[in-house]
Amino acid sequence: MNVEPPVRVEDKLYYNRYLVDIGHPHVKVRAHTTPSPQLLALLKACPARCYELNDDGQVEITVDGCIECGTCRVIAEPTGDIEWSHPRGGYGVLFKFG
Amino acid sequence: MIEERFDAIVVGAGMAGNAAALTMAKRGMKVLQLERGEYPGSKNVQGAILYADMMEKLVPEFREEAPLERHLIEQRFWMMDDRSHVGMHYRSEDFNEERPNRYTIIRAQFDKWFSSKVREAGATVLCETTVTELVRDERERIVGVRTDRRDGEIHADVVVLAEGVNGLLGTRAGLRARPRPDNVALAVKEMHFLPRETIEARFNLKGDEGVVIEAAGTISRGMTGMGFIYANKECISLGIGCLVADFQRTGQTPYGLLDQFKRHPSVAPLIAGSEVKEYSAHLIPEGGYKSIPQLYGEGWVVVGDAAQLNNAIHREGSNLAMTSGRIAAEAIDLVKSRGEPMSATNLAIYKKMLDDSFVIKDLKKYKDLPPLMHTHSQNFFLTYPQLISKAMQNFVRVDGTPKAEKEKATLKSFAKARSWTGLFGDAYRFARAWR
Ligand SMILES: Cc1cc2nc3c(=O)[nH]c(=O)nc-3n(C[C@H](O)[C@H](O)[C@H](O)COP(=O)(O)OP(=O)(O)OC[C@H]3O[C@@H](n4cnc5c(N)ncnc54)[C@H](O)[C@@H]3O)c2cc1C
Ligand code: SF4
Repeated sequence: MNVEPPVRVEDKLYYNRYLVDIGHPHVKVRAHTTPSPQLLALLKACPARCYELNDDGQVEITVDGCIECGTCRVIAEPTGDIEWSHPRGGYGVLFKFG
Repeated sequence: MIEERFDAIVVGAGMAGNAAALTMAKRGMKVLQLERGEYPGSKNVQGAILYADMMEKLVPEFREEAPLERHLIEQRFWMMDDRSHVGMHYRSEDFNEERPNRYTIIRAQFDKWFSSKVREAGATVLCETTVTELVRDERERIVGVRTDRRDGEIHADVVVLAEGVNGLLGTRAGLRARPRPDNVALAVKEMHFLPRETIEARFNLKGDEGVVIEAAGTISRGMTGMGFIYANKECISLGIGCLVADFQRTGQTPYGLLDQFKRHPSVAPLIAGSEVKEYSAHLIPEGGYKSIPQLYGEGWVVVGDAAQLNNAIHREGSNLAMTSGRIAAEAIDLVKSRGEPMSATNLAIYKKMLDDSFVIKDLKKYKDLPPLMHTHSQNFFLTYPQLISKAMQNFVRVDGTPKAEKEKATLKSFAKARSWTGLFGDAYRFARAWR
């Protein structure tokens, strides 16, 4: 099999329209020292790659590109690793096609 | 703060919410509908196939008015391995009829139109408003909602929860459980734009004729999942979805799967040279009949995806959403017309009416299929597609091998990969679950 080119999610998100609610992230990661398996799973499962590992090995989120699917909530809310809400009315992703 | 009181508050302006709000408003009820998106549809993602029958029951004249893309005259099923696909195509001139049965649509545009019908019918529709909480009275009955836009509470006799698959409000209020990773699929989708003539040439279409392709096989890398390619007028909807539990277990990335699907030799020529204008993602309820939660209670009902009313096997969701929304509205109207309170006892009629409809009957028919697909995903989505592709190649390639030997080789490859008991077991389990 040939080697797959890496997928640039940032480029994909660039097509989308957002109204970012600056200072009011709708998803938050609970402070931790070592991430749980659920949190680590989000690094791969989030379709907008909002979750990243920082230099200290903790999982961080940047919600600006979030496409509000709810996958991270299904995986990591039961363990209390994240807090998940909808953005405030009118904010977040604005699909033109959907 | 809205001082006035409503007969009903509908949370969400998707398929289910619009059907419910429209039906109640048409019957003269005072309806408030709340939607968190900038406009109805701005948060909603679908393939999308619209089933005409269910739409017609709500807006009989929709064919003349709604933003429809193409009416479907052809359905293709592809079973794929890495380099091939085995296809079954059904195309019929019968589908070029006066009142076509299925259409492709673009949800953000369709929902906006659908919502205009809701407003016309007299409902108050407030967008850019996220409902944050359900309000209960001292007897624990749901009596209204709180939103992020206005102080205080808005009251109504009944709240229709049409909040979609994530169903945050219902979960937070303890009306139902949060969706589980093995009960929902994550689908990612792109919109590929091409000139109309190019789409028609590549898909063998003329005028507004349309085709959809459903694909399964190694594209989901052994996970329970499906790909889709739907032709719209000037764009192609293309996506792939797999169970969240499978993503979690395997560490596969959704965008990795999508890109691999796009590069497949059977798919790439269809979208070559296209301009991508959107990348979206959404969950799909996949748990089927066994995952349907409590559907009504004191002062509330739940409809559509929020109630897991989705037939993943047939890719039907919006029609179940519309129908459950309409039936819930009819049930509410019935209770109201009798002058009775919106209690759980009275609203139980909604479940009775839904049980009698195709919504619950279809979901019941396939009640064992989702668990089967999930526990045997390796066989159904990886091993069999590979074997079938091999068998087809063996069948069509002319290379001087005697036919009897070819057949033997095919049978042997099946038995080797899965053992006879495994094969028969899978066939039996599948037949039983389908029955
Ligand atoms: C990729 C994909 C392909 C699909 N293909 C098909 C198909 O071809 N045919 C088919 O029939 N079905 C298909 N489905 C399923 C179909 O999309 C759903 O079943 C249908 O959209 C469900 O309608 P709904 O009204 O229940 O939910 P939604 O359409 O999701 O609507 C929910 C609405 O509620 C709003 N909302 C949620 N919470 C709040 C809140 N707290 N406050 C205010 N507003 C809120 C949301 O913004 C949204 O507008 C597909 C789904 C996906 C993801
Ligand atoms: S909701 Fe979806 S897109 Fe947003 S952060 Fe969670 S997984 Fe990522």
